[in-house]
Amino acid sequence: MEFPEELKYTEEHEWAFIEDDLVVVGITDFAQDALGDVVFVELPEIGTMVEAGKPFGVVESVKAVSDIYAPVSGEVVEVNEELSDSPEMINTSPYEDAWLVKIKVNEPGEINDLMDAEAYQAFVEEEGGD
Amino acid sequence: MLQKTPLNRLHRELGARMVEFGGWDMPVQYRGVIDEHLAVRNAAGLFDVSHMGEIEVRGPGALALIQELTVNDASLLVNGQVQYSAFCYPHGGTVDDVTLYRFDTEHFMFCVNASNSDKDFAWMEEVLEEGDFEGVSIRNLSADFAQLALQGPAADAILGRLTDTDLGGISYYHFFEGLVAGTPAIISRTGYTGEAGFELYFTPGAAEEIWTSLLEVGAEDGLAPVGLGARDTLRLEMKYALYGHELSSEISPLEAGLGWIVKLDKDGFIGREALLRQRREGLSRKLVGLVLTEPGVPRAEYPVFAAGKEVGIVTSGTMSPSLRVGIGLALVDIEQAGVGTPLEVGIRQRRVSARVVKTPFIRK
Repeated sequence: MEFPEELKYTEEHEWAFIEDDLVVVGITDFAQDALGDVVFVELPEIGTMVEAGKPFGVVESVKAVSDIYAPVSGEVVEVNEELSDSPEMINTSPYEDAWLVKIKVNEPGEINDLMDAEAYQAFVEEEGGD
Repeated sequence: MLQKTPLNRLHRELGARMVEFGGWDMPVQYRGVIDEHLAVRNAAGLFDVSHMGEIEVRGPGALALIQELTVNDASLLVNGQVQYSAFCYPHGGTVDDVTLYRFDTEHFMFCVNASNSDKDFAWMEEVLEEGDFEGVSIRNLSADFAQLALQGPAADAILGRLTDTDLGGISYYHFFEGLVAGTPAIISRTGYTGEAGFELYFTPGAAEEIWTSLLEVGAEDGLAPVGLGARDTLRLEMKYALYGHELSSEISPLEAGLGWIVKLDKDGFIGREALLRQRREGLSRKLVGLVLTEPGVPRAEYPVFAAGKEVGIVTSGTMSPSLRVGIGLALVDIEQAGVGTPLEVGIRQRRVSARVVKTPFIRK
């Protein structure tokens, strides 16, 4: 199970990372492992406004549909088009190839409200990963 | 308290993700649903299906009771033959779909769905008590059997390494009582995947040994343990019904497309009048297979639309691992049931285009 140091994390198992003036968002290794084989991803259109803590898309495994929650508020300016052809990238590369969206944030400091890698790892271990 | 099969420890040792199903603690996946599904289609898979129920019917009056209980004609069976059938309620809805084994004129066994085990036995007891049946007794033997399914193109070769029984001599929907890894077993050429293979019934005490031995001798062919996740995607691709989805107390076998197991000219079985009426009046709704023609995954309980009007409901759906497109089974108004009919599936806020297709979804 991987918890890259440079990322920030949410309790809903998303990760966030500042890249220039945007925040890149994805789901964590823990999340992809819990989901199993990802077969479909539903992401918002470019221009959509998202709100921290609210669902903004869906990741589907063979068996189930899982909401994805925005870690920060802002406007979606980029969407990972490759995920429509290769949703399984979320399983094989959740932190790199399978970023989901890039958000232009309203509040640049909002990302600091999220957990760092140690806190997230502790959170996950406490939740009782099976 | 969840029930556990004799293989529970081994599943956990293999790193299976466990889930509750019908009151049982069962493996949903080991390596991954898609991997396991493709292993069955291309090589072989081994399923623990010990949670299924087995109910024995014995005595000179056995056939009479069975004929009353079931929609199919059990008098067609010879020794060593298996028949897919169903129990219906008087109103035509389904109690359960079952497989019926004939050992001898006075010895039969039903294999029933895990989630309906107790219900089915109670139903049979009630019918037996209220009717005029003589010389027949029934026993719930579910606790006395472990059951494995070995399915895939390599299944015959693999099982052949653990038995002297001539497997080539067992035809489809027939069984033989032989030995597997030295243990007496019912070797049944049946299954729920659409692939060649067997269902094996034997004493629970031998389960760990037979499971382990099969995985060992099957390794060279790529035999993989397979969980309930892939069991579902495999049967869906074949349009096999799953009770609680395509069949229920509200869905008759005729509506579910199982008219071929309903022998309406068989005298006096429970549900016959209601099913005759359904046949005579014509069905108002029917189970169809549909394929999404836009990206998405249909799932149970999603609504189905035609020209903006709600015309049905998805009973089961998934992303097909073999076809890599969303597939589903849906109960729709009879007017929309023709192959080629354009439909839409309501997936959250979207209406996703779909089409009624011929089933099964894959050619076997």
